[in-house]
Amino acid sequence: MKKPIIEIVDAIDASQVFIELGHSKSGGICVFVGTVREFTQGEEVVSLEFEAYQSMALKEMQAIAMEAAEKWQLNTVLIRHAVGAKKIEEPVVVVGASAPHRDACFEACRFLIDRLKERVPIWKKEIFKNKTVWVSAHP
Amino acid sequence: MEVLLFGIARDIVGKGRIHFSEKEGFPVSVGALKQALKKSYPEFAKLSSLAVAVNNDYAMDALPLHKGDEIAIIPPVSGG
Repeated sequence: MKKPIIEIVDAIDASQVFIELGHSKSGGICVFVGTVREFTQGEEVVSLEFEAYQSMALKEMQAIAMEAAEKWQLNTVLIRHAVGAKKIEEPVVVVGASAPHRDACFEACRFLIDRLKERVPIWKKEIFKNKTVWVSAHP
Repeated sequence: MEVLLFGIARDIVGKGRIHFSEKEGFPVSVGALKQALKKSYPEFAKLSSLAVAVNNDYAMDALPLHKGDEIAIIPPVSGG
Protein backbone atom coordinates (compact mmCIF):
# COMPACT_ATOMS: atom_id res chain seq x y z
CA MET A 1 0.00 0.00 0.00
CA LYS A 2 1.08 3.55 -0.68
CA LYS A 3 1.73 5.75 2.38
CA PRO A 4 -1.74 6.74 3.66
CA ILE A 5 -2.80 10.39 3.42
CA ILE A 6 -3.68 11.51 6.96
CA GLU A 7 -4.51 15.17 7.56
CA ILE A 8 -6.30 17.68 9.74
CA VAL A 9 -7.12 20.78 7.72
CA ASP A 10 -9.11 24.01 7.91
CA ALA A 11 -11.24 23.28 4.84
CA ILE A 12 -11.95 20.19 2.73
CA ASP A 13 -12.19 20.15 -1.05
CA ALA A 14 -13.92 16.81 -1.65
CA SER A 15 -13.60 17.14 -5.44
CA GLN A 16 -9.88 16.37 -5.37
CA VAL A 17 -10.11 13.14 -3.38
CA PHE A 18 -10.58 10.74 -6.30
CA ILE A 19 -7.37 12.01 -7.88
CA GLU A 20 -5.46 11.59 -4.61
CA LEU A 21 -6.74 8.02 -4.23
CA GLY A 22 -5.99 6.94 -7.79
CA HIS A 23 -3.64 3.99 -8.30
CA SER A 24 -2.67 1.98 -11.37
CA LYS A 25 -3.41 -1.35 -9.61
CA SER A 26 -6.85 -0.27 -8.30
CA GLY A 27 -10.09 -1.23 -9.99
CA GLY A 28 -12.21 0.94 -7.70
CA ILE A 29 -12.19 3.92 -5.35
CA CYS A 30 -14.67 4.46 -2.51
CA VAL A 31 -15.06 7.80 -0.77
CA PHE A 32 -17.25 8.86 2.13
CA VAL A 33 -17.80 12.58 2.73
CA GLY A 34 -19.40 13.71 6.00
CA THR A 35 -21.21 17.04 5.78
CA VAL A 36 -23.04 19.45 8.11
CA ARG A 37 -26.74 18.58 8.42
CA GLU A 38 -29.25 21.36 8.94
CA PHE A 39 -31.43 19.67 11.57
CA THR A 40 -30.55 17.60 14.64
CA GLN A 41 -33.56 16.01 16.32
CA GLY A 42 -35.84 18.64 14.83
CA GLU A 43 -33.72 21.60 15.89
CA GLU A 44 -32.18 23.93 13.35
CA VAL A 45 -28.39 23.98 13.44
CA VAL A 46 -26.72 27.29 12.58
CA SER A 47 -23.19 25.89 12.30
CA LEU A 48 -20.80 23.32 13.73
CA GLU A 49 -17.42 23.84 15.32
CA PHE A 50 -14.75 21.15 15.33
CA GLU A 51 -11.80 20.98 17.66
CA ALA A 52 -9.00 18.38 17.57
CA TYR A 53 -6.25 17.19 19.87
CA GLN A 54 -4.09 17.38 16.82
CA SER A 55 -1.07 15.20 17.66
CA MET A 56 -3.12 12.34 19.08
CA ALA A 57 -5.85 12.61 16.42
CA LEU A 58 -3.25 12.22 13.65
CA LYS A 59 -1.72 9.24 15.46
CA GLU A 60 -5.13 7.53 15.84
CA MET A 61 -6.06 8.26 12.21
CA GLN A 62 -2.77 6.72 11.09
CA ALA A 63 -3.40 3.64 13.26
CA ILE A 64 -6.91 3.21 11.78
CA ALA A 65 -5.50 3.44 8.24
CA MET A 66 -2.92 0.74 9.05
CA GLU A 67 -5.59 -1.49 10.62
CA ALA A 68 -7.64 -1.20 7.44
CA ALA A 69 -4.59 -2.10 5.36
CA GLU A 70 -4.15 -5.25 7.43
CA LYS A 71 -7.78 -6.31 6.99
CA TRP A 72 -8.15 -5.63 3.27
CA GLN A 73 -5.90 -5.50 0.25
CA LEU A 74 -5.76 -1.74 -0.34
CA ASN A 75 -3.58 0.37 -2.60
CA THR A 76 -4.39 3.80 -1.18
CA VAL A 77 -6.08 5.15 1.96
CA LEU A 78 -7.03 8.71 2.88
CA ILE A 79 -8.44 10.14 6.12
CA ARG A 80 -8.88 13.92 6.32
CA HIS A 81 -10.81 15.87 8.95
CA ALA A 82 -11.58 19.57 9.09
CA VAL A 83 -11.45 21.78 12.18
CA GLY A 84 -12.96 25.19 12.92
CA ALA A 85 -16.42 26.57 12.11
CA LYS A 86 -18.41 24.80 9.40
CA LYS A 87 -21.69 25.85 7.78
CA ILE A 88 -24.62 23.73 6.59
CA GLU A 89 -23.65 21.38 3.70
CA GLU A 90 -19.91 21.96 4.11
CA PRO A 91 -17.76 18.81 4.15
CA VAL A 92 -16.18 18.13 7.55
CA VAL A 93 -14.59 14.74 7.02
CA VAL A 94 -13.54 12.64 4.06
CA VAL A 95 -12.27 9.07 4.11
CA GLY A 96 -11.54 6.80 1.19
CA ALA A 97 -9.68 3.80 -0.11
CA SER A 98 -8.81 2.21 -3.42
CA ALA A 99 -8.34 -1.48 -4.05
CA PRO A 100 -8.01 -3.97 -6.88
CA HIS A 101 -11.67 -4.99 -6.33
CA ARG A 102 -14.69 -3.10 -5.06
CA ASP A 103 -15.65 -5.24 -2.06
CA ALA A 104 -12.45 -4.31 -0.24
CA CYS A 105 -12.79 -0.57 -0.79
CA PHE A 106 -16.49 -0.47 0.17
CA GLU A 107 -15.80 -2.32 3.42
CA ALA A 108 -12.63 -0.38 4.19
CA CYS A 109 -14.37 2.96 3.65
CA ARG A 110 -17.07 2.06 6.17
CA PHE A 111 -14.44 0.84 8.64
CA LEU A 112 -12.44 4.08 8.35
CA ILE A 113 -15.35 6.38 9.20
CA ASP A 114 -16.79 4.10 11.92
CA ARG A 115 -13.48 3.77 13.76
CA LEU A 116 -12.78 7.50 13.37
CA LYS A 117 -16.08 8.35 15.06
CA GLU A 118 -15.35 5.92 17.91
CA ARG A 119 -11.88 6.93 18.95
CA VAL A 120 -10.23 9.87 17.18
CA PRO A 121 -10.02 12.78 19.65
CA ILE A 122 -12.04 15.35 17.73
CA TRP A 123 -15.03 17.18 19.18
CA LYS A 124 -18.07 18.73 17.55
CA LYS A 125 -20.06 21.60 19.00
CA GLU A 126 -23.50 22.27 17.57
CA ILE A 127 -24.45 25.92 17.48
CA PHE A 128 -28.21 26.43 17.57
CA LYS A 129 -30.00 29.79 17.53
CA ASN A 130 -30.16 30.00 21.31
CA LYS A 131 -27.70 27.42 22.69
CA THR A 132 -24.56 25.41 22.00
CA VAL A 133 -24.10 21.68 22.65
CA TRP A 134 -20.99 19.47 22.69
CA VAL A 135 -22.23 16.42 20.78
CA SER A 136 -22.35 13.10 22.72
CA ALA A 137 -20.92 14.69 25.89
CA HIS A 138 -23.85 13.65 28.08
CA PRO A 139 -25.83 10.40 28.14
CA MET B 1 2.41 18.69 35.77
CA GLU B 2 0.21 20.04 33.00
CA VAL B 3 -3.04 18.44 31.89
CA LEU B 4 -4.53 19.48 28.54
CA LEU B 5 -8.28 19.98 28.24
CA PHE B 6 -10.44 19.77 25.13
CA GLY B 7 -14.09 20.20 24.16
CA ILE B 8 -16.51 20.18 27.05
CA ALA B 9 -13.65 19.47 29.49
CA ARG B 10 -12.21 22.90 28.72
CA ASP B 11 -15.63 24.50 29.20
CA ILE B 12 -16.11 22.76 32.57
CA VAL B 13 -12.76 23.95 33.93
CA GLY B 14 -12.86 27.31 32.14
CA LYS B 15 -9.34 27.06 30.68
CA GLY B 16 -7.28 24.92 28.31
CA ARG B 17 -5.00 23.32 30.87
CA ILE B 18 -4.72 22.49 34.56
CA HIS B 19 -1.47 22.74 36.44
CA PHE B 20 -0.66 20.45 39.36
CA SER B 21 2.25 21.79 41.38
CA GLU B 22 4.85 19.52 42.90
CA LYS B 23 3.93 20.95 46.34
CA GLU B 24 0.26 19.86 46.13
CA GLY B 25 1.41 16.49 44.86
CA PHE B 26 0.80 15.10 41.38
CA PRO B 27 -1.93 12.52 40.82
CA VAL B 28 -0.04 9.20 40.90
CA SER B 29 -2.05 7.47 38.20
CA VAL B 30 -4.64 8.01 35.49
CA GLY B 31 -7.33 6.80 37.89
CA ALA B 32 -6.18 9.23 40.59
CA LEU B 33 -6.27 12.09 38.09
CA LYS B 34 -9.87 11.25 37.13
CA GLN B 35 -10.86 11.12 40.81
CA ALA B 36 -9.19 14.48 41.50
CA LEU B 37 -10.99 16.07 38.55
CA LYS B 38 -14.39 14.71 39.54
CA LYS B 39 -13.85 15.98 43.09
CA SER B 40 -12.87 19.50 42.01
CA TYR B 41 -15.35 19.69 39.11
CA PRO B 42 -18.44 17.50 39.72
CA GLU B 43 -19.59 18.15 36.11
CA PHE B 44 -17.03 15.57 34.97
CA ALA B 45 -19.03 12.82 36.66
CA LYS B 46 -22.04 13.65 34.45
CA LEU B 47 -20.27 12.99 31.14
CA SER B 48 -21.02 9.87 29.04
CA SER B 49 -17.39 8.83 29.43
CA LEU B 50 -14.09 10.25 30.56
CA ALA B 51 -10.81 9.05 29.08
CA VAL B 52 -7.26 10.17 29.63
CA ALA B 53 -4.46 10.09 27.08
CA VAL B 54 -0.83 9.83 28.13
CA ASN B 55 1.76 10.66 25.48
CA ASN B 56 -0.92 10.52 22.77
CA ASP B 57 -2.31 7.08 23.66
CA TYR B 58 -5.49 6.17 25.53
CA ALA B 59 -4.41 5.11 29.02
CA MET B 60 -5.85 2.62 31.53
CA ASP B 61 -6.66 3.85 35.07
CA ALA B 62 -3.75 1.88 36.56
CA LEU B 63 -1.10 3.63 34.45
CA PRO B 64 1.27 5.66 36.65
CA LEU B 65 1.83 9.31 35.71
CA HIS B 66 5.26 10.87 35.52
CA LYS B 67 6.57 14.40 35.37
CA GLY B 68 7.13 15.20 31.71
CA ASP B 69 4.28 13.03 30.40
CA GLU B 70 1.91 14.72 27.96
CA ILE B 71 -1.44 14.22 29.64
CA ALA B 72 -4.82 15.10 28.14
CA ILE B 73 -8.42 14.75 29.25
CA ILE B 74 -10.51 13.17 26.49
CA PRO B 75 -14.25 13.76 26.95
CA PRO B 76 -16.63 11.76 24.68
CA VAL B 77 -15.34 12.18 21.12
CA SER B 78 -17.69 13.34 18.35
CA GLY B 79 -15.72 13.73 15.16
CA GLY B 80 -17.05 12.90 11.72
